Amino acid sequence: MAINLKELSAKPERLASGHRFCAGCAEPIIIRQMLHAIDEPVVVGAATGCAEIATSMYPNTAWNVPWVHNAFENVASTISGVESMYRSLVRQGKMQERNLRFVAIGGDGATYDIGLQWISGAFERGHRFIYVCLNNEAYMNTGIQRSSATPRGASTTTSPAGSVIPGKVQWRKPMTEIMAAHDIPYVAQAAPSNWRDLMEKTRKAAAANGPSFINVLSDCNRGWRHSTETSIEVTKLGVETCYWPLYEVENGVWKLNYKPREKKPIVEFLKAQGRFSHLFQPEFKHVIDEIQAKIDEEWDKLVARCGA
Amino acid sequence: MVVSTKRALEGAHASAQAMRQINPDVVAAYPITPQTAIVQTFSQFVADGAVDTEFIAVESEHAAMSACIGAAAAGGRVMTATAANGLALMWEELYIAASLRLPIVMSVVNRALSGPLNIHCDHSDTMGARDAGWIHIFSETGQEAYDNTIQAVRIAEHSDLLTPVMVMQDGFITGHAVERVEVADDKSVKDFIGTYKPQHSLLDVDHPATFGAWDLYDYYFEHKRQQSDALSRAMKVIVDVGEEFGKKFGRHYGISDAYEMDDAEMAIVVLSSTAGTARTVVRKLRQQGVKIGLLKLRVFRPFPAQELVAALKGLKAVAVLDRSIVFGAMDGAGPVFLETCAALYAAGATPKVVNYIYGLGGRDVLPDQIEKAASDLREIVNTGKIKSLVSYLGLRE
Repeated sequence: MAINLKELSAKPERLASGHRFCAGCAEPIIIRQMLHAIDEPVVVGAATGCAEIATSMYPNTAWNVPWVHNAFENVASTISGVESMYRSLVRQGKMQERNLRFVAIGGDGATYDIGLQWISGAFERGHRFIYVCLNNEAYMNTGIQRSSATPRGASTTTSPAGSVIPGKVQWRKPMTEIMAAHDIPYVAQAAPSNWRDLMEKTRKAAAANGPSFINVLSDCNRGWRHSTETSIEVTKLGVETCYWPLYEVENGVWKLNYKPREKKPIVEFLKAQGRFSHLFQPEFKHVIDEIQAKIDEEWDKLVARCGA
Repeated sequence: MVVSTKRALEGAHASAQAMRQINPDVVAAYPITPQTAIVQTFSQFVADGAVDTEFIAVESEHAAMSACIGAAAAGGRVMTATAANGLALMWEELYIAASLRLPIVMSVVNRALSGPLNIHCDHSDTMGARDAGWIHIFSETGQEAYDNTIQAVRIAEHSDLLTPVMVMQDGFITGHAVERVEVADDKSVKDFIGTYKPQHSLLDVDHPATFGAWDLYDYYFEHKRQQSDALSRAMKVIVDVGEEFGKKFGRHYGISDAYEMDDAEMAIVVLSSTAGTARTVVRKLRQQGVKIGLLKLRVFRPFPAQELVAALKGLKAVAVLDRSIVFGAMDGAGPVFLETCAALYAAGATPKVVNYIYGLGGRDVLPDQIEKAASDLREIVNTGKIKSLVSYLGLRE
């Protein structure tokens, strides 16, 4: 079903205004885009993190849908339990089939690092739910510490740029590929700058008869170090430089969803953010070249894999 | 009318039978020795269609309790089982289950915590979880494990409590020992536990609720007080459910079980299977005219301070047996001893109380060791002096 903005604007908000996200944060934008795209009733689970604390400070809640937070690493298991209870009660005739959809939300800390086992277990068991990684590429909730999603060269408080070490030394973990390797029905990478693509992917995930995973680049102006009004523009640069390719793996078939007409150099993405500013010092310039080479290599591999 | 069948069952299988009859909506569990007999027996019930349960074969115990929390918040009956390191891995989730006030029931087959690695019985696992906000019920036999598991459902789900319950039995000693267990007919158990109606459910999309909100200095303190108050109310519920169970099934349960306590001058206080050994010793000493009794504690959380004081206050000497150590506590004492001392002191009761650490890592405890403790008690009564506050039974020194 086509995405119709006029129709969607008339739908009730599932995440209410008045939440405590920072100005310019991409997370509430992504959550609203995704939950708007799902027509069915939803139950949402959240890992500990920005999206959790910004929406649920007792005695208030920003959630107009059922919502559960358990702990940092285990939203995938928590939602496994919710989904299993739903199937059990429906199968036993203890509740009516309501065509519910289950959404688990975690940041990159909860997804790439501390929660990897829990997600892998839930995917192997085949629970029908959508796992959304709001990937802001560091532990932003606790004040910008590095994660395995943090890109090489980024300065964080636990991978700070110093006079000797130019920010994070390691490359990012290829999380979307790791999830795709679980052979689940639907895996995608998306960005809120390309909202129609994100919403279509959300619908595909909601229709998938099994686990699905969407890794969404989620700009954090506090951690990425840029002004609050440019979040979507910076995100767009991530897509246009092929730093964050938009693709999907639907029942094992890899598809590139967006190919920039002209691939922009990575410098344009890097120079827009303070977290990379040290790389423009002469002694660290080689890191930019290495990042460009890595992006080119990964992009070529992806294009070939998608036959695009 | 309850129709019971006498069966030869291992303790773990007795628990699995209770789980089958409870027929929970969701079970999420992970195998660990010596609990594995429960989860694999229950898996067979699922495979044979003997239960309606959705069984989640999770990848760890942390995931087991995480999934139990999600499932319980979704408004149905939820059970699991674990032991030792598995319980330790759940530690974070134990607190969350209790603070979300989710009436999850868990079988724990007590086993020594690592390290060093050991698979045999002691109580270090659940004693390590004693402050997590769960109700702790200990079982002496397979029969008690079966009966306690059924009662636990009613206790956890009671509207005054909504507090998770763990039901313990001793690893291998009870868990793997074949005993006679009377298994009631399925309908009687079903009638006794009734149906569960949650106050809130994640699946009620027409009345959306937020579970697990974050909670700072404005409210956290009040919520902790409410949780503590619920545990304080639990003793009455446990007694009431035990009485009702007794009327229906013919086996009566209270907070503790007193043996030869009426005219006793001395007593042994102990949990779980060792109560059987201690009872044999008390019986023998009574034949010799020694005025000694046995108090088997069934409930450790909430701690039955009043009941314990009432039973022990007139005595001259008491030996508390502990199958775990509170490392760094006064003289390296055990948890039952420390709480007993605190209860007696607060009540102004003054029997002489000593502690015996026994059976760690599955070390056998023999009748003559308990007799030695009893002879120490007699010496304390005669001399009025305590030689050693904390001693060890069956330890090479």
